[in-house]
Amino acid sequence: MSAADEPRPARVPADARSWTARLRTRAEGAMPPERLLPDRQPSYVASWIYVFGALTIAALLLIVASGLILGLKGPAWWHVTAIGRFFNGIHLWGVELFFFTMVVHLWGKFFMGAWRGGRSLTWVAGAVTFLISIAAAFTGYLSQQNFDAQWISTQAKDGLNSVGIGAFFNVTNFGQMYTFHVILLPVAVVLLTAWHVLLVRRHGVVPPYVRQLAAEAPARPSEERA
Amino acid sequence: MASPRDAAPPWRGPYRSYDLVKELAICIAVVAALATLLTILFSSPDEKPSTIAQWARVQPVDFLTTATAELDGSSDTAGYGPPYNHAATGQVIGPIHLQSWLGVSHPIDTAVDYVLAPLATIPNDPALRAQIARYTTAPPAQRRAWTDAYAKALERAAAHGTRVAVSPAGSGPVAPMMASLLSLAQARGLDGALLTSRQFYQTDYTKPLLFMADGSLLSDRAEAQHLLGDQWGMMNETGSYPGQVWLWLYTFWYQVEPFKSSDNADALVWALMMLLSLAFVCIPFIPGVRSIPRWIPLHRLIWREHYRAQAS
Repeated sequence: MSAADEPRPARVPADARSWTARLRTRAEGAMPPERLLPDRQPSYVASWIYVFGALTIAALLLIVASGLILGLKGPAWWHVTAIGRFFNGIHLWGVELFFFTMVVHLWGKFFMGAWRGGRSLTWVAGAVTFLISIAAAFTGYLSQQNFDAQWISTQAKDGLNSVGIGAFFNVTNFGQMYTFHVILLPVAVVLLTAWHVLLVRRHGVVPPYVRQLAAEAPARPSEERA
Repeated sequence: MASPRDAAPPWRGPYRSYDLVKELAICIAVVAALATLLTILFSSPDEKPSTIAQWARVQPVDFLTTATAELDGSSDTAGYGPPYNHAATGQVIGPIHLQSWLGVSHPIDTAVDYVLAPLATIPNDPALRAQIARYTTAPPAQRRAWTDAYAKALERAAAHGTRVAVSPAGSGPVAPMMASLLSLAQARGLDGALLTSRQFYQTDYTKPLLFMADGSLLSDRAEAQHLLGDQWGMMNETGSYPGQVWLWLYTFWYQVEPFKSSDNADALVWALMMLLSLAFVCIPFIPGVRSIPRWIPLHRLIWREHYRAQAS
């Protein structure tokens, strides 16, 4: 502990009226440290497919880091400097790797039936993250300030206009698309990813399907949750 | 209620050591190395954007033809409908008229915004002002006759570099107005005029982009880069880059009937994709679909060690 750290107070019974204490008690109950960062996993967690979730998070971190650099220098920087072009390349390939690893992760989880055992919300959070990620990447293509951005915006406007979305989400408005791309959608993707990971940690990794003979036995009511 | 065969009872078996933080650290290193390698090998595409000045210099006849269509209201943008104008009702999904219901939020009057207002910014040209006044005060039928005559003359026009040789018989004030607009555009004045409105700072490129999209320059460049709708459109990217491959299903519907030839293709494809997206999110709750992983037992491959241990 450094000299600047405040001494840790002695553990005393929580004040039932304290909002802070109630929030802490609830958070500790829902997510004790050994559940949040476990160093052991069920023996069935032994396949390369499990790595793709971590690879997706790694790609997201790379996208955010390279995007921060591009954003700090402004949208025109990468067109006129070699170092800017390099970081734009990292950002672009980070996105391609992000989607590749996320789709492998998604198919893996689909074929594991990863929503079983009360894990439906974990699937929903992941699926929504995938859809919001598509919107985030799309606004990135619109924010490039080059011919790709011109062509994609003039083509995409028809689909969005046809269902009324174009009335408030104008793909030919660079300022609006840039705001969506550098703030709103990345924050949504990061928060949804965090929620998804917390749900995975809360409910654990889905166990294998029970084998045929065992499955044919009458299931206990608690096993029928899906 | 789910089938008992889809149940996932709490795990009562053995556990193994698993270092999540180390796994993530290695993943970050691997992804960063891969992205760096791909960047060094392939960089990223960056085709320069088109400008109206470039369009007016490279394709002056197409520029004039498009500007004339904007003036007489026969261009794609002029007849688009919401959110740009009331010229059409827009696309529908059966009885649902979302495009029309959301209204005109980015109003564009193509004759004023693309031709008359930019021409009015040209200073010290009383002859041009007189021609504009002659055009704007003429009856609609007369204006239509002038623009029709000029559009017909443009069909036989030839470009000599940045100049256009046209015989504008019967086109009245339209010919000198369009000659001035072409000069303004070639001198980069129209790029600025379409972007500037009532305030200094600008980020909305709706007007210049829609104007250029009404012409041929963008689509010619897109065709050369395999970006047209029948070339799987915007999921592609300039050059030999993967582009937005995750949009393959959305783009796929535009390639097949009944969407391919429907007047409401965009609305129908969007409705279908929203439905499919909802189904994707709700897979855990859809009977039958949620049992597919049990019917196609790829999980036996994923958990082969577990099943092997169980069998032994």
